[in-house]
Amino acid sequence: MLRYIARRLLVAVPTLLVLIIIAFFLMQTAPGGPFTSERPLPPQVLANIEARYGLDQPLLKQLWTYLVNIVTQLDFGPSYQYKDRSVNDIIAAGFPVTLTYGSISFLVASLVGIGLGVLAAIRHNTLLDYIAVGATFSAQALPNFVMAPILIFVFTLQLGWLPGGGWNDGQWQYLVMPVIALSTSYMASIARITRASMLEVMNSNFIRTARAKGLPDSAIIWRHALKPTLMPVVSYLGPAFVGMITGSVIIDIYFSTGGIGRGYVNSALNRDYSVMLGLTILYGALTILFNLVVDVIYAWLDPKIRY
Amino acid sequence: MHGSTRKSGIDRMALVSNTEQVDRIAEKLVEAEKIKGRSLWRDSMDRFLRNKAAVGAMIVLFLVVLFTIIGPYFAQWSNEEIDWDRMGNLAKVGAPSIENGHYFGLDTNSRDLYARTIQGIRTSLLVGVIGAVVAVVIGTLYGAVSGFVGGRIDNLMMRAVDILIAIPYMFVIILLMVIFERSFFMLFVGIGIVGWLDMSRIVRGQTLSLKNREFVEAAHAGGVGWFTIITRHIVPNLLGVVVVYATLLVPAMILTESFISFLGLGVQEPNTSLGALISEGAGTILYGTMWQLGFPLFFFLVIIISLFFIGDGLRDALDPKDR
Repeated sequence: MLRYIARRLLVAVPTLLVLIIIAFFLMQTAPGGPFTSERPLPPQVLANIEARYGLDQPLLKQLWTYLVNIVTQLDFGPSYQYKDRSVNDIIAAGFPVTLTYGSISFLVASLVGIGLGVLAAIRHNTLLDYIAVGATFSAQALPNFVMAPILIFVFTLQLGWLPGGGWNDGQWQYLVMPVIALSTSYMASIARITRASMLEVMNSNFIRTARAKGLPDSAIIWRHALKPTLMPVVSYLGPAFVGMITGSVIIDIYFSTGGIGRGYVNSALNRDYSVMLGLTILYGALTILFNLVVDVIYAWLDPKIRY
Repeated sequence: MHGSTRKSGIDRMALVSNTEQVDRIAEKLVEAEKIKGRSLWRDSMDRFLRNKAAVGAMIVLFLVVLFTIIGPYFAQWSNEEIDWDRMGNLAKVGAPSIENGHYFGLDTNSRDLYARTIQGIRTSLLVGVIGAVVAVVIGTLYGAVSGFVGGRIDNLMMRAVDILIAIPYMFVIILLMVIFERSFFMLFVGIGIVGWLDMSRIVRGQTLSLKNREFVEAAHAGGVGWFTIITRHIVPNLLGVVVVYATLLVPAMILTESFISFLGLGVQEPNTSLGALISEGAGTILYGTMWQLGFPLFFFLVIIISLFFIGDGLRDALDPKDR
C-alpha cells in the first residue's frame, strides 16, 4: 500500500509542477505588466517598482525564485495591487472559512447522496424510488449559482428564517444555505450513481449466494453489497470535489462568506496576477491532493487493483 | 432474425388446426421473408423514439430554439433600447406586462428583458454547441490516435491527459479569459480545449477494442496509411459513443459558461448569456424585481433539463450495455 501511495505521489508532484509552470508563463504572456495603468508611470519609477518585485530578472530566474519560495517557505509572494498584503495573507484570511463550509458540504453531499441512492435501490420500483429518481434527475440541473438565489429568495426574503449572507464565525444559521447551495447538484449525481451501481450489485451472483445462505437483508447490504457499490461513487468523488472547490467561488461571492473565492474573483477583475497565480496553484494543489486520496480509497475498495 | 421468425411460426402451426389460420400464418411467413434486416442505427432510433421523456425533451428544446428564431419578430423593443420613462422605478413599473410591450419586464438597466433573454438563450446555446463540437473533434482525434498507435506514444499521450484532467479546469478558463481579452472567441477556445479530456479517454478505450478487428487488418493489408485508417475506419465506428457523450457535453458547456458569466468574467456587455442574466437577476432580488431572475432561470432550467433527458435517452438507445 505504501508503495502504491508513493507511486501516486510521484505522479502528483509533476502534475503540480506543470500547473505552476503553465500558470506562471500564461501570466507572463498577458499584455501589459501588473503596473500598467491608464496614466503610465514614468519609466524610472516603473523600473524601480519592477526591481523591487524582482520583475527585471530573466524569466527563468523569476520562475526559479518563485518555485523555491513556495517549496521552502510556502511563500506565494506579494500582491501587486495591495501593497500591504501578501498572497499568503489573503489565503490565511479566507481559507479556514472555505475549508469549513466546503468540507461540510462535501460530507453532506456524499453521505446523503449515498444514503438516498442505496435507499432507492433497495426499494427499487416503489414510489420512494420514483420520487428519488425524479428529484435527483432534476436536482442535477441545479448548480450552485442557481440554488443560491433561489435559497435566498425562499429562506431570507419570503420566510425570513435565515440570514442572507455573512459568516459570523461559522454559526450554523450562516452555514445552512451555503452548504445546501454547494452540495445539491453533487448530492443528486452521487445518489444516481449509487442507485445504478447498487442495482447492478444486487443482481450479481455473490448476492444471490448470500441470499441463498439465508442472510438477513441488512447483513447482505452492509457486509456484501456496500463495498462494491461504492466503487463508481468513489471515482466520481474526484470530479465532485473539483466542482465544489470551483463552486465555493460562487458561494463566497453570493453569500459574502469571506472565503478565498472573493479574493480570487477580485484578483481576476483587477488583474492582480500574483494573487491569481497563487490561488490557482492552491486550488490545483488541493485538487491533486484529493485525487490522490480518492485513488488510495479506490485501491482499498477494489480487490482487482494490485499495488 | 429470419430463422427465429420461421421457427416460432412452425411451433405455432402445430397448435393450430384451423386451415384458415394456417393460411394466414403462411402469408405472414412470406411477408417475414421480405422484411429487411434492420440496421443498428434504425434499431437505436426506435429505442430512442420509444423513450417518451427524451422525445418530449427534444420537442421542448426545439420549441426553445424556435422561440429564439421567431421571438424577435414579436418584440416591441430591441435589446439595446433603454426605456427611459421607466428607469429608476423598476420595482413598480418595470414588471412584465403585455400593454407596454415588455413581456418579460425590464432588466437592471431598463432594457427590455424579453429581447435580452432571447439574446442570452442564443449565446448559451451557441456556446454549448460550439464548445461541444470543438471538444468532440479534438477529443475524438486525440483518443483515436492514442489508442490506435499504442505503445509508448499512447502511454505518453494518456499521461498528459491524466495530468491535465487533475487541474481544475474552471480556473484555467478564467485565467485564459483574464489574460487574453474577454471575447466570445476566447470563451469558445477556453471551454473547448478543456472539454475534450474525458472524450479522449472514452474514445481511446473504444479504439483499443476496434483496432484488432479484421476490417482494420484488411485496410492495413490494402496499404492504407494509419491516419486514413483512423479517419475512415475507426472514427465512423466510434460515432455511437461520441454522439452520446457529445450530447452530455452540451449542457456541461452551457453550465461552465454560465458559471463564468455569473462571476462576471464571461461574456461582456452589450452581449449577454443566460448565466449573465441570472447573475444580474440574482443580484437584484432584494429590490423585489423577481422577474429579472425568474425568466432567465426558467429558460436555463428548461434547456439544461431537456438536454439531460435527450442525453440520457441517447445513451439508452445507443449504448445499452452502459446501464
